[in-house]
Amino acid sequence: MREKILTFIEKNSRVELKELAVLLGMSEVDVANELEAMENEGIICGYHTLIDWDKVTTERINAVIEVRVTPQRGRGFDSIAERIYKYPEVESVYLMSGGYDLLVMLEGKTLREVSTFVSEKLSTQESVLSTATHFILKKYKDHGTILHQEYKDEREILSL
Amino acid sequence: MRNPLSQTIVNIKPSGIRRFFDIAAERKDTISLGVGEPDFDTPWHVRDEGIYSLEKGRTFYTSNAGLKELREEICRYLSRRMGLSYDPVSETLVTVGGSEAIDIALRAMTDPGDEVLIPQPSYVSYEPCAILAGAKPVIIELKNENEFRLMPEQLLEAVTDKTKILIMPYPNNPTGAIMGKEDLEKIAKICVEKDLFVISDEIYAELTFGENRHVSIASFPGMRERTIVINGFSKAYAMTGWRLGYACGPQEILKQMTKIHQFAIMCAPTTSQYAAVEALKNGDGDVEMMRESYNQRRNFLMEAFQEMGLSCFEPFGAFYVFPCIKEFGMTSEAFAFALLDAKKLAVVPGSAFGESGEGFVRISYAYSLKKLKTAMARLAEFVQELRDQK
Repeated sequence: MREKILTFIEKNSRVELKELAVLLGMSEVDVANELEAMENEGIICGYHTLIDWDKVTTERINAVIEVRVTPQRGRGFDSIAERIYKYPEVESVYLMSGGYDLLVMLEGKTLREVSTFVSEKLSTQESVLSTATHFILKKYKDHGTILHQEYKDEREILSL
Repeated sequence: MRNPLSQTIVNIKPSGIRRFFDIAAERKDTISLGVGEPDFDTPWHVRDEGIYSLEKGRTFYTSNAGLKELREEICRYLSRRMGLSYDPVSETLVTVGGSEAIDIALRAMTDPGDEVLIPQPSYVSYEPCAILAGAKPVIIELKNENEFRLMPEQLLEAVTDKTKILIMPYPNNPTGAIMGKEDLEKIAKICVEKDLFVISDEIYAELTFGENRHVSIASFPGMRERTIVINGFSKAYAMTGWRLGYACGPQEILKQMTKIHQFAIMCAPTTSQYAAVEALKNGDGDVEMMRESYNQRRNFLMEAFQEMGLSCFEPFGAFYVFPCIKEFGMTSEAFAFALLDAKKLAVVPGSAFGESGEGFVRISYAYSLKKLKTAMARLAEFVQELRDQK
C-alpha cells in the first residue's frame, strides 16, 4: 500500500487526504497513518513544488558540476560531500561511478554567483582535485514532467 | 437501373442512436465521457519501434498470418498470462484489430441457419457480423441484478439444436462486467455438453481490477478445442489507431480464418506489427501503470455515484461504468440528450448496446481525473435538478 501512496503523491503531493483515500480504495485514517509513519521514518523527505522558472521573470542559473576528489581514509567521500552540500546554493550532491566522483547541482541568481562559488568555495577545498562546470541552457523535462507541454485530447468525441 | 445494394446489408438496422452521436459530435465545447479508447498515448518505446521499422524500410507485406516473431510473442504472452498454449505457426492469426477477428471467426464457423448467441448489452458489431456471415443472431439479455454476468440458466434457455456459437464478451463493454472463474466454469460445462463453440472477445483482458485477474474460458477442460480467443493491442497498450488484434484457436478453424483474412486483408499493418512485438516484450510495466490509473478513476466514479445517490453496480473490468437511470423515468437516449443540452456533458445511451441496455448510460473513465471531476460535478447538478422537478 505504501508504494501506491508514494507513487501517487510523488506526482501530486497536494491531493486531499479524503480524495487520496477514495482513489486508492483505503480508509482516510489508514492513509493518514501511513503518511505520518513515512514522514517519521524519513521515507517522505519533503513536499516540493515543480516550477518552470523560465516562465517567471526572476533570473536563475542552474549548473551541473563534475567534481573529482581525494577520498579520506576512514570516511570515504562522505566528509567532503558534507562540506559541499552544506552550502545552501547547492541543490543536490550525488556520488557517482565513472570518470568523476561527485555530481553537484547548483542554483544561482547570476553567472557571477555560480562562478564565484566554483572558483572560491569549491575548487579551494583541500581534497578537490578538479571541477568541470556545465550550465543548463534549457529544461525540457524535470522530475518526470515535460515542461512546455499542452495536452490536447484528439480523440473523437464518441466511440463505441 | 437495378438496385445496386445488397438486401442483407440494407436490412441491417443502423445504430438507433446515430442522431445523438451526430448532435453530440457537433458541439465542440462539450465534455465527453463517450469514448471507447484509452486516453494514454501509446508508450514511447513502442512508438519508437514503429518508427525504427519505418526507418529500416520494413514497409512490405508480412506473411498472411502475421510476423512470425509477433505470433511467437503472442503465444508466449497467452501462456504466461492466461495459461493457454497455442502454436504460433498453425493456431495464431494477426488481424486488423479485434474487430476483424470477430468478423472472420463468425464467417469461418457459421452456415445459414446456424444460431449465434449474443449476450447484450455488448459491443455493437457482433450482431451485424453474424448477419453478414449468414447466421442468425439470438440475443441473451443480461441483467443488472446479475451484475451483467451471463447466468447458466440464461444460456440453457437460449440454446436450441441450431445453436452453434456463443459469443463471450468479457470483460464487457459497455457494462464493465467480468466473469469470474466459478461463473465461467458453469458456462464452459454447458458449452461442452451442448457442443457449442465459443468466440471469446477478451480485448479488455488486461483491464480487470480487484483481486482476481482475467481468466480465459479457453482454459477450462474441453474448451480449448471449441474456443476462438480474440485479443489485441488497442486497450491494453493504448494502441487503438494501430489497428492490431489477433485470434488463437484450433488449427482447423484458424486455417479457414486465415484464408478469409488472406483474401480480404492480405496482412495486418507491418509497422504496427513491429511495434506490437516491442509492446509484448517490454510493455508489462506500461500496462500496470495504466491499470492502476484506471482503477483510481473507477474508485473515484463509484464514490461520486454514491454521493449523488445514483445506482450503479461496481464493475471490475474494462474502463466503463454503467449506472442505472431508471429512477428518472426517461429512456437512456432522452436522458443523454437532456444531459447534453443542460450540462454539455456527453455519455452514451445504454440502448446503443442492445435493448437490455435501456435504462442505463455508459460512462467511460478513459479520461483524466481532472476532467472526470468536472464531469461528475455537472452530472450531480443534473441529477439533482431532475429530482427537484419531480
